[in-house]
Amino acid sequence: MAKPAVELEGVTKRFGDDVVAVKGIELTIEDGEFFSLLGPSGCGKTTTLRMIAGFEFPTEGSIRVHGAEMGLKPPNQRPINTVFQSYALFPHMTVAENVAFGLNMKKVEKSEVQRRVARVLDQVQLTRRADAKPSQLSGGMQQRVALARALVNEPEVLLLDEPLGALDLKLRQAMQVELKDLQGRVGITFIYVTHDQEEALTMSDRIGVMSEGSLLQVGRSEEIYEHPNSRFVADFIGDINLLDVTMIGAGRARLGTGVEIGVPIGAEVGGSVTVALRPERLELYDLDEQIPAGHNRVKVTVTRRLYYGDVYFYDVDAGIGSEIEVKEENRPGVELYDVGEEAYLVWSPEAANLVSS
Amino acid sequence: MNEGTATRPLFDRLLAINAWVLYVFLYAPIFLLIFFSFNENDNVGIWTQPSLRWYGEMLQDERVIGALRNSLIVALISTLVSTVVGTMLAIALERYQFRGRGTLDGIAYLPIIIPDVTMAVMLLIFFFQAFGIINDAFGIRLTNGLLTITLSHIAFSISFVAVVVRARLAQFDNALEEAAADLYANRWQTFRKVTLPLIAPGVAGGALLALTLSLDDVVVTQFVSGAGSTTLPVYVFGLVRRGVTPLINAVSTVMLVASMVLVAVSLGFQRGAEARSQRLSDPDALLEEITAT
Amino acid sequence: MTLAPPAETEATAPATPELERAAEKAESRRGFFISLPAYVYLVLLFVIPLLLVFVYSFATRDATGLTVLRDWNLGSYQRLFTPIVLEIFVRSLVLAVVTTAICLGLAYPFAYYIATRSPALRNLLLILVMIPFWSNFLVRTYAWRVILGSEGPLSQISTALGGEPIRLLFTNAAVLIGLVYGFMPFMVLPLYAALERMDWRLVEAARDLYADGWTAFRKVTFPLSLPGVIAGSILVFIPSLGAYVTPALLGGANTVLMGDYIVSQFLAARNWPFGSALSFAVMFVMLLATIFYFRAGAKTL
Repeated sequence: MAKPAVELEGVTKRFGDDVVAVKGIELTIEDGEFFSLLGPSGCGKTTTLRMIAGFEFPTEGSIRVHGAEMGLKPPNQRPINTVFQSYALFPHMTVAENVAFGLNMKKVEKSEVQRRVARVLDQVQLTRRADAKPSQLSGGMQQRVALARALVNEPEVLLLDEPLGALDLKLRQAMQVELKDLQGRVGITFIYVTHDQEEALTMSDRIGVMSEGSLLQVGRSEEIYEHPNSRFVADFIGDINLLDVTMIGAGRARLGTGVEIGVPIGAEVGGSVTVALRPERLELYDLDEQIPAGHNRVKVTVTRRLYYGDVYFYDVDAGIGSEIEVKEENRPGVELYDVGEEAYLVWSPEAANLVSS
Repeated sequence: MNEGTATRPLFDRLLAINAWVLYVFLYAPIFLLIFFSFNENDNVGIWTQPSLRWYGEMLQDERVIGALRNSLIVALISTLVSTVVGTMLAIALERYQFRGRGTLDGIAYLPIIIPDVTMAVMLLIFFFQAFGIINDAFGIRLTNGLLTITLSHIAFSISFVAVVVRARLAQFDNALEEAAADLYANRWQTFRKVTLPLIAPGVAGGALLALTLSLDDVVVTQFVSGAGSTTLPVYVFGLVRRGVTPLINAVSTVMLVASMVLVAVSLGFQRGAEARSQRLSDPDALLEEITAT
Repeated sequence: MTLAPPAETEATAPATPELERAAEKAESRRGFFISLPAYVYLVLLFVIPLLLVFVYSFATRDATGLTVLRDWNLGSYQRLFTPIVLEIFVRSLVLAVVTTAICLGLAYPFAYYIATRSPALRNLLLILVMIPFWSNFLVRTYAWRVILGSEGPLSQISTALGGEPIRLLFTNAAVLIGLVYGFMPFMVLPLYAALERMDWRLVEAARDLYADGWTAFRKVTFPLSLPGVIAGSILVFIPSLGAYVTPALLGGANTVLMGDYIVSQFLAARNWPFGSALSFAVMFVMLLATIFYFRAGAKTL
């Protein structure tokens, strides 16, 4: 089995005496993976990426690429290439010259350079624009040039720093699919930095969620979404309802209002814990309807209903302070609840996650 | 501010009149001077008939030719040195952090603020003292001359070049140099293939500024020149003090036309460099580079 | 920004704070070396001369006119406050202020005009302003000497109109004209830059809120163009205060200004200590003016 593409061990970055941008990251990225670093602005994901690339050096810790320690090697000596957020295309060179730059720096033979540049331009469908200057291209095209310029060097790892941020929605979504396909075809390990959780969820094999310099959770998209391990991760990814409860027994907890519910096993009796519930795992039932066996049942009042075309969002009040969000698919014949109506909020205990308060 | 802002017609008319009057004010003396340089008459103000007499006399005047030669030598050397050193200074200040950077930053601005009279005084005293010490120590006899003039011109030009190049560097996207490194370029390759082409218009602007400052200078040169090492402006200055003659008109016209041609050519070159480095033809950017303010 | 530490720190070992510091130091050293030529040159041919002037201002002048570097005294500085010197200084100051004011008054509408034209026209108009600015200063000033002469074109026009020949040369007025002429572009360009950069939608907003043209200008346009006003003013005031060539060519015996006064201390009167003190005083005033400029909030010089 191939060595992991990138390993970060105890990587910390301090700026000056007081600013700790990255705290003790332990991370292994597998060969051929599409890995995303996800988190809000300032969480340290870009700094981490820059340390892998070599634009910053860690204060402490080890970064290995396919087993080789990177240490304090400058970027031009690492088998890594980067696609920058601003694309950083050389304005005074043509597309072809930009793409050929890295190969020329490595003194690759002229005809070989031409061949590889032509092939990669074909891959990103920019063959006809080879002699254009970057300023003559649209944002989407510039993005592809940046991609081509990095890929033509056949790096061991490709780093992408929020490359789709400057594109409009439709284009962004199209590029997301293209990037994912591209990665599958070339088989290079991609490390992708973004603050857009939808982007991360759709494109990645695995995601690493970061906040305030720390790596909170690493796992496949489904795992991160279905089983967040902390309040932050639960809250950051998708919509979430967070209910504070007290454990009263194994797998049983009590809401603030005294209502008892079933929860996944794992927390200590007597302790406070937070139950994380995805809105789509909740359902509303009429007060006289039959509830499935083993499911939790809480009486609520509907306070708001929003129509999104494909789904309905309900805000309901269970008397616990903050409202709970419910998502119902807009199927034909779906039952609607009006504002002010009372209903039962129903869910399966296993659909919830326990996270620390 | 885009396609011309609407201003009310009367107001606009007044503005236009003011502008054109000022243009006349700016150019009339220049044209008058050129005009009168072709005057046959000995007396400068009274026009008799067109003639190239004074140009002929000028070309035969050894002192004028000598002064011109000196001016060119000094200007060329000082431009070359101050452009290189000034560009390095700009890069060091703009891209690096090191001890003493703040001090250097402050020192680098001083020559721009200091009037040329003070500069002349400073350098006069400096060379006087320095030569005194050196001559005593080594038993030689250094005196003021082309060397001191050139050294002085470099001294005040470095800062101006640095300001212009810094302005250009500040507009530079940092990521471009990082991208070059990411693509296996070492420092020197990054500088040669990415940084330099993109700051070239700034460097050219700085060089033009240094050239102009050198060719324009009167006071500093006057103070630090020696016997037989005068430059053209200083020579003309001396002549004028003694009385206006048509010869001076001819010399002045040549100086004027030469400097105007130089500016036009260099502006044209800069526009070309601009286009090549893919920047918009932004009068503001052009302005910043050229005026060093 | 750390792009490439020198070869010796290529250690491929895990990072530690010490190694990180070493890398930063290497980077720092690199920057220092790049700045070294300029640093050495400026210290040698600028800072040291400046200090020398300062030292000389406290020296004495012996009977033969040579400067003697002992008997340190404040005599030169005391002389600064004598009536003659003060008169010259005040005259220079007033002239510089008036020049600046006139330049501002003429250049502001000028810059406004250019800034409100279409982009293509703007470029051309600017270049037309810059060409005289870049041509030889001495020659441009000399041109006025020709024009203002008693037998020059202006005189001819006035006599033709039945009046007297113009006797403007060698007066304060001539110097003023020469200074305004010489330094006008210094005022136009920063003003233009400030006005061109302005967001004119703010003026529209003011009009929308019932301001008339003049009020909108007073309360929106002018304040926003203030950095340009200040930059231009400094760029005109400082050279005007220390002007030498212009008064030398256009001024007369009774219009001695600081520039000429200082020069004469070195070339004629041979009183270097006094000349040094004068130079220092002038520089001090200019430094004050520049600090005022920075305080008034402009971004760059």
